[in-house]
Amino acid sequence: MRQLIFAFCIGVLPFAANAVEPDEMLTDPVLEQRAREISKDLRCVVCQNQDIDSSNAGVARDLRLLVRERLVTGDSDAEVIAYIRARYGDYVLLKPPLEPATYALWFAPIAFVLIGVFVGGGVLMSRRKQEAFEDLGAEDENTVSEILRQNEAGDAS
Amino acid sequence: MKRLISGLPLLAAVIFGGFFLWGLNPDRDPNEIPSVLISQPAPEFGLDPVPGLETPGLSQSDLVGNERPVVVNVFASWCVPCRAEHAVLTRFMEREGIRLFGINYKDKPEDAVKWLNDLGNPYERIGSDLSGRTGIEWGLSGVPETFIVDGDGTVLFRYVGPVVGPDAVERFTEALTQAGALPNVAES
Repeated sequence: MRQLIFAFCIGVLPFAANAVEPDEMLTDPVLEQRAREISKDLRCVVCQNQDIDSSNAGVARDLRLLVRERLVTGDSDAEVIAYIRARYGDYVLLKPPLEPATYALWFAPIAFVLIGVFVGGGVLMSRRKQEAFEDLGAEDENTVSEILRQNEAGDAS
Repeated sequence: MKRLISGLPLLAAVIFGGFFLWGLNPDRDPNEIPSVLISQPAPEFGLDPVPGLETPGLSQSDLVGNERPVVVNVFASWCVPCRAEHAVLTRFMEREGIRLFGINYKDKPEDAVKWLNDLGNPYERIGSDLSGRTGIEWGLSGVPETFIVDGDGTVLFRYVGPVVGPDAVERFTEALTQAGALPNVAES
């Protein structure tokens, strides 16, 4: 049993290990926290959809160090991101910015839901209309009133 | 209305099919990163020469005020594809007369010196980027990468990966020709 637990730990530990190495970390916990948050929004340019905070790639490490360096010099979070975006483009942002080129990306889901609601609603409404009673013709109207009249007469007697 | 609605599934199938067709295109490389540098001035940087080499260092001012476009190649001795690319670039330098500048990326100087002594040194200038910071300025994602920089310092073209193999060489030659970086072609 003990061996099993040991094997499990050995197997899992590497995945639990963090990419941010101790020598990268800032002594100021507030700045370090901000650096971590920024790093989570920046894409590692050589990995498939991984943020630089969790990547072991060399370029990711360089970018983490750069983020921290900028923070220490007094940049705001937005300034740090702008600095890196100026060099690597929108691609480096894991969350695409809202701008004319990305309107389709941001608004297409909402648009599709609206289209779905309207089309679905339209179909339901038209079906309901079909089920509604139409006016009876003059002949049928006469027949019905005749029957009703006879029934009334029957009740009275 | 009914006809319109009955056409919707077909329309959706066509749109999604189009996306799949686009995604299946073997020429599409999802790893390709659009460069923000194209048509922009080359980034601000200044690199010392590689210690132990007589080749001078490289900075942004070397890329401005050139008569014709120059090629900036980012390389390292630890980068295996660079070795293959080295032969191609050397040929371009010797036969086509391109001006070749180098950025030695995160390389130990002694390794770089040995590498260049073994293979030859086609570079007019080489800057040593030990920290990799200049690489970030260029938006580098790895080595090798090759840029064509216009005489006024504007980045015209970026090639990610080694310029090796007929397709790559053809693409690169085309870019060089368009940029007017090939003096031998211009004269003929």
